Amino acid sequence: MIQESVCMEQSDADLIAAVLRGDPASFEPLVVKYSPRVFATARRYARRESEVEDIVQEVWSKAFQKLSGYRGEAPFEHWLMRMAVRTCYDFLREHQRSRESSFTDLTDPEHDWLEQFVRAPAEAREDADAARKLVERLLAMLSPSARLVITLLEIEDRPVKEIAALTGWSAALVKVRAFRARAELRKCLRRIAKEKYL
Amino acid sequence: MNLTELQNKLLAAARRNPPDSQVPYAFEKRIMARLAAAPKPSEWLAWTRALWFGAAACVAVAVLASVWPVQPTDDDDDSFSAGVEQNILASVDDFDNVW
Repeated sequence: MIQESVCMEQSDADLIAAVLRGDPASFEPLVVKYSPRVFATARRYARRESEVEDIVQEVWSKAFQKLSGYRGEAPFEHWLMRMAVRTCYDFLREHQRSRESSFTDLTDPEHDWLEQFVRAPAEAREDADAARKLVERLLAMLSPSARLVITLLEIEDRPVKEIAALTGWSAALVKVRAFRARAELRKCLRRIAKEKYL
Repeated sequence: MNLTELQNKLLAAARRNPPDSQVPYAFEKRIMARLAAAPKPSEWLAWTRALWFGAAACVAVAVLASVWPVQPTDDDDDSFSAGVEQNILASVDDFDNVW
């Protein structure tokens, strides 16, 4: 397993060295190999597919332009994912004015799921499509930093140290922002309860 | 409504439904075409930028250097210059006394 991983790293390193020597075509295998992860990350923060594609294109453009700055100390994937997370954060900040601010336009399945939760919380299924849509709505209401922290910490279960490395924030700042993000999340949930059931 | 439970339930729902990692068809071709079409950074442009930064820094230093001597100091300039003059001419005064 370790041997295989070393071989893969060497392969990435060879491709990167070739690109830096002036062979841009060697960048294509890296795009093919890592695009699924970048797409999955971008889809956490953007809903429309056109926005997701814009984010991923931006990530690869930045990666290509800054490739000479990659020192090879960490795996290429880590370096790329750091770039992807920061690009997603920039996207959230650019689009924060269009954040959803109301739960009044819930679809029928979403409304039914909430009703089900109120009646019998244990019976409201977590794998239901309506639950996933509700989470998307909830996250869309958060500020960019709150959404990023909640996604990385609570949904992706990443440790604080890793979040600090991904975002470029200090560990202390991640903890402070996580505290504020949870409070913001709770405030949004309180609004659901107020708008729908009071 | 139990908000803590609702929060836990919704976060669990998000964990159970990870986003799709599907890549659109021939996406890598699109990326490579975009990278090939992107304008390459010109060497002259980099030099021009660097020289402008250098020029701005030089102007800042020149302005600071011209403003600094104008500022009044706490030292008494008359006593300082008189002291310098006295020290330099001390030997000449002694020479006068010898004659």
